[in-house]
Amino acid sequence: MAYTFSFPEEVLEHVFSFIESEKDRNAISLVCKSWYEIERWCRRRVFVGNCYAVSPMMVIKRFPEVRSIALKGKPHFADFNLVPEGWGGYVCPWIAAMACAFPWLEEIRLKRMVITDESLELIAKSFKNFKVLVLTSCEGFTTDGLAAIAANCRFASFIFLISQVLNLLDFNFVFELVLNKGHKFESKLCLCLVNLRELDLQESEVEDLSGHWLSHFPDSYTSLVSLNISCLGNEVSLSSLERLLGRCPNLQTLRLNRAVPLDRLPNLLRRCPQLVELGTGVYSTEMRPEVFSNLEAAFSGCKQLKSLSGFWDVLPSYLPAVYPICSRLTSLNLSYAIVQSSDLIKLISQCPSLLRLWVLDYIEDAGLYALAASCKDLRELRVFPSDPFGLEPNVALTEQGLVSVSEGCPKLQSVLYFCRQMSNAALNTIARNRPNLTRFRLCIIEPRTPDYITLEPLDSGFGAIVEHCKDLQRLSLSGLLTDRVFEYIGTYGKKLEMLSVAFAGDSDLGLHHVLSGCDNLRKLEIRDCPFGDKALLANAAKLETMRSLWMSSCSVSYGACKLLGQKMPRLNVEVIDERGPPDSRPESCPVEKLYIYRTIAGPRLDMPGFVWTMEDDSSLGLE
Amino acid sequence: MDNSLRISHEKELNLEATELRLGLPGSDEPEKRSVVRSNKRSSPEASEELECMSKGNMNSNGSDVTSDHDQDNVVPPAKAQVVGWPPIRSYRKNNLQQKKGEEGEGSGMYVKVSMAGAPYLRKIDLKVYKSYPELLKTLGNMFKCTFGEYSEREGYNGSEYAPTYEDKDGDWMLVGDVPWNMFVSSCKRLRIMKGSEAKGLGCL
Repeated sequence: MAYTFSFPEEVLEHVFSFIESEKDRNAISLVCKSWYEIERWCRRRVFVGNCYAVSPMMVIKRFPEVRSIALKGKPHFADFNLVPEGWGGYVCPWIAAMACAFPWLEEIRLKRMVITDESLELIAKSFKNFKVLVLTSCEGFTTDGLAAIAANCRFASFIFLISQVLNLLDFNFVFELVLNKGHKFESKLCLCLVNLRELDLQESEVEDLSGHWLSHFPDSYTSLVSLNISCLGNEVSLSSLERLLGRCPNLQTLRLNRAVPLDRLPNLLRRCPQLVELGTGVYSTEMRPEVFSNLEAAFSGCKQLKSLSGFWDVLPSYLPAVYPICSRLTSLNLSYAIVQSSDLIKLISQCPSLLRLWVLDYIEDAGLYALAASCKDLRELRVFPSDPFGLEPNVALTEQGLVSVSEGCPKLQSVLYFCRQMSNAALNTIARNRPNLTRFRLCIIEPRTPDYITLEPLDSGFGAIVEHCKDLQRLSLSGLLTDRVFEYIGTYGKKLEMLSVAFAGDSDLGLHHVLSGCDNLRKLEIRDCPFGDKALLANAAKLETMRSLWMSSCSVSYGACKLLGQKMPRLNVEVIDERGPPDSRPESCPVEKLYIYRTIAGPRLDMPGFVWTMEDDSSLGLE
Repeated sequence: MDNSLRISHEKELNLEATELRLGLPGSDEPEKRSVVRSNKRSSPEASEELECMSKGNMNSNGSDVTSDHDQDNVVPPAKAQVVGWPPIRSYRKNNLQQKKGEEGEGSGMYVKVSMAGAPYLRKIDLKVYKSYPELLKTLGNMFKCTFGEYSEREGYNGSEYAPTYEDKDGDWMLVGDVPWNMFVSSCKRLRIMKGSEAKGLGCL
């Protein structure tokens, strides 16, 4: 007895509208053809993890009603200057295509992409309902482009995250435009300026140091929700800031820059006692009791404060001013604060609700021990190096600190730890203590450092991590490592999605273990490892199941790259080599850098002179 | 891969020429040297060498740096920095207070301090201090003077002396106007001026 059973489309669409996660949406679309059709018409958010994996037209064709798009461009190692300038990641073709196809687009989020002023102007002109622009670690534009956005967009919400060089004079200009053109910002305006490189601000001749752009927020403007100027090098007008804060009752996040003096902080805080997240300015001034008590009182008045950051140039005697609110703190970012361990201990011992701590290695083992004793809810710990290029340790931070935290913090999931020594025993202990780890990134500062006790490689230690932490999604390796560690990773790292490797391994066997064993691997980035052709060619098919593979300073020959490119039409095999065309050297010569990613868009057409895509056997892939 | 095959394969690939190593060019030892830390600043020749090595190409024809020195004045050669290692984003690197100056990987950032009327100059290491109050306290002790309270508008109004510095552009600036980190990286020398001399140096 056969029967057909189907919901009307509208019902299915309604049901699907409750499903937000991409993974789930993708799963839905695979159920059957009609679900695929229904789902594609009602998908509103698209995330493209690699802008070259698919063409704009393909996205537009499949999802005609998109309201929000996120795109990522350059590989992650671009953050560490390993991707040469001009490699790619241009968003222009996307904006051009979407300008026609998505008139109702509301949100664009870009990470590590190049966006020009023309594109910004096009955004400003094309999308009537545009609300959110987020640019993280992007480059290629000037304040002319930002001004276009500011001048033409009737934004309901407006978010900036910028990470490149812009001088303050230009910002004054932009904000004048944003605020002075009689715009009615109906609901929330969020301004976040992060990661401006102070060095470059210095180099520009900045005439206007008073930061008067703040005074251009019109008096009628009361909708500020978030203001983050933590990375501006120059002063802003504090009186303007005070007035602005005073009339914005919805302000939740305020991150000040270093130039805001500590003795002005209480007045600012009093204007916005509803703050949830605060980044202080410079945290020192002459020690005066009345300044201290004023500060302490102001902090006490902020009953909702959960997150603190900033703390540049800390004068330890002022730290106790935050004690009144410590019990409520869930997030503490002290990664720019030069504070000695003893003072950190006093602070942290009062923060039992802490979920997240970012700190410099000044915390030392003693401080981490105290953290483990006081912060039983801790989920995430990041310890950054205070002196990464120093030849010798400048602080008493060893593997013991991390071991203590792994013992004392049962909910710890995410670790980023820079240190100078490690042992297999410690890693073993950490792994057994914390099988619930999902992110484990260890950076032993000196490459190829062995277990400092046994002088052996750290293979078994990391092996223990992957074996016991069954839900591990992200792993970064360091220290002396042989092919063995990769055998462990391939055997146990079944949930691993992202792996970062540097100065490790002995032979192709290492790479082979990872590619053949890690079923869920999406991103693999490798530098300075003796991995060559064999593993890559033997696991060519695996590469199509991953987002991307980066290899630099390894031993992959040009010949192998050509072969891979020929045999795998759905991979772009990019050889990046600043020494000149790989053809001018023997085929057996290793390439400088290699970036392989799956794509259905064929080879890209915007490569600079030092990038070559290996052609495939079939006809040139056209968009 | 069979070991002997691998070795000959590697020779063929001429990996050494393209290998990114940590040692000085020309040396076979890729491991870190054990160095003796010296408080002395590197000589100008060494600074130049260090600068080229850390900036440029690791296969350059730099000669062994230590042979250029008098043995009594040995300064540990900087480990030539590997690009992108340790993996720290540039923003974070720039914010580290202990960022090394342009002199290279020497220790200490010594600047001359002069004072009107004093018979000789002093030298202090800016890196030892974390903030203006610390620095000014030391200067005050060193020269037996006081500076009074700093304000944006008035500078060190009301005090007998005012601390000033010469910045990278050769301009004389009042100490305290810019954030500490910016000051440390741009200060070339310090001068304690009489209050009356310094009046014209109020901030913009």
